[in-house]
Amino acid sequence: MDNLTGFFSALVSPDFPFVRNAFFAGALSSILFGLLGSVVTVKRIASLAGAISHAVLGGIGIALYLSATGKVPSLSPMVGAIVFALLSALLIGTASLKSKQREDTVIQAIWAIGMSIGVLFMAKTPGYSDPSSYLFGNILLISTQDLWLLLSLDVVVILLIWRYYEQIEATAFDEEFAQVRGIPTRMVFLVILAVTAIAVVLLQTFVGIVMVIAMLTLPAGTAGFGARNLASMMVASTIYSFIFSTAGLGAGWVLDAPVGAMVVVIAGLFYLSVLLANVLRKRRRRA
Amino acid sequence: MRDLPIAMKFSAVSFSYPHLDVLSDVSFHFHSGEFIALVGPNGSGKTTLLKLILGLEEPQQGVVELLGHPPKRSRSLIGYVPQHASYDPSFPISVGEVVRMGVVDGTVKGKKRQDDVVIKALSLVQMEGLVDRPYSELSGGQRRRVLVARALVGEPAMLILDEPTANMDRESERRLYDTLAHLKGETTILIVTHDMRQVSSLVDRVFCIDALNETTGARTVIQHPLEDVDDGTKRVLHEMAIPADQCWQEAQLG
Repeated sequence: MDNLTGFFSALVSPDFPFVRNAFFAGALSSILFGLLGSVVTVKRIASLAGAISHAVLGGIGIALYLSATGKVPSLSPMVGAIVFALLSALLIGTASLKSKQREDTVIQAIWAIGMSIGVLFMAKTPGYSDPSSYLFGNILLISTQDLWLLLSLDVVVILLIWRYYEQIEATAFDEEFAQVRGIPTRMVFLVILAVTAIAVVLLQTFVGIVMVIAMLTLPAGTAGFGARNLASMMVASTIYSFIFSTAGLGAGWVLDAPVGAMVVVIAGLFYLSVLLANVLRKRRRRA
Repeated sequence: MRDLPIAMKFSAVSFSYPHLDVLSDVSFHFHSGEFIALVGPNGSGKTTLLKLILGLEEPQQGVVELLGHPPKRSRSLIGYVPQHASYDPSFPISVGEVVRMGVVDGTVKGKKRQDDVVIKALSLVQMEGLVDRPYSELSGGQRRRVLVARALVGEPAMLILDEPTANMDRESERRLYDTLAHLKGETTILIVTHDMRQVSSLVDRVFCIDALNETTGARTVIQHPLEDVDDGTKRVLHEMAIPADQCWQEAQLG
């Protein structure tokens, strides 16, 4: 209990700016997890988002290598990550639109190649570069600049979804019908992928590359059980994400454990309990 | 009827998927206000033909005109009821919201919720009481009728239904045909079916996907002969299903 009180006083204390930054990062991430996660879930492109998030490591590795070897001095890993995220989104998007049969293979290939490139370049980077802080996130690394970037992307995503909600909903529900209605469904799909790609890069500072995809699917999946429509799924899933992030941050502080992993474990356990409760309720109704 | 404008016209259209020829040299047309049935066995290319009409596929040869324009320009005037509407039971959505998709614009934000239009479309398929019900709680037949309402909500110039009664319960089927009978004359209707029993009293003309042509490896479309009935009207093979082979045989005989 003392520890928990300690967490709350750290949250407001000027001596621990990183705790406050982590809290704000969690709050700002929740909006992306909630809104984009719902879209990714109903559009059934979670595996595409997973491939993009893992391929990002390739860009990070190359950027670290180029900057450490002085070939491109002070190149931020974030720049490499965004380039790789968009590139893999474009490749996966094209494969998905042009050749549905090979979509799975392409997704797996990009997933694996991206990560391998990252590992190779990091190994050849002079000095010490540890992939694990990128894989599993490190809240100590969250800067004020990261927070501003998250906030900007939040605003962009909220505006896009507010403006094109009907088109996104129709495309996710029945793509062919949406196309007949004159909705540019391919464009909608590619924009969703591109925005998700950029979001993945910003979000991985909080929970890490490996676990971004969990936070894009678990809160939305949890919200999906009770939601009446896509909009309420988005709102509920944002609230769930915020609760999971804050609880994970608190638990991480109290138990002195990695926050990203803590957040995902809490989200996962909660999702599984809701799933179980739903299965039991359906059984009882049938009996 | 023949004086009315042409609603849909195929001129020497050929279409093939990679490694599979489907349609070869197809020419036919029908007029506004007609009730048209398109028949043929499974896998003969009926759905492909609809995709060409809706501009979801492009022909390699020939021209498709829909309401006097290329399909991509005029297809938003069509009310389309797909055969296999992709359906994810975990998609959270109400019946009313599904119907409202029938008036969604390509890129423009909708003005209002347009609740009265939605209720009116649902009442056409006798489902206005279920507007707030989750779509996933409906039976298969009810879902199909909701999709008909979604097609009707925009007051389309033409209605295209792809096997609307497949896997439908009797009650839903009867109600759907009531709706179509009610719309006949007001709206151009193209229905794809392999069972002519139910629609034959409504249909003005029947088009048939022809038997496989040995030389081209693809099929074309022929108009089915109508049979005379005692009261002087014409009917299409009442009370029986038309397999494609028969279609072809009768074209030979007729």
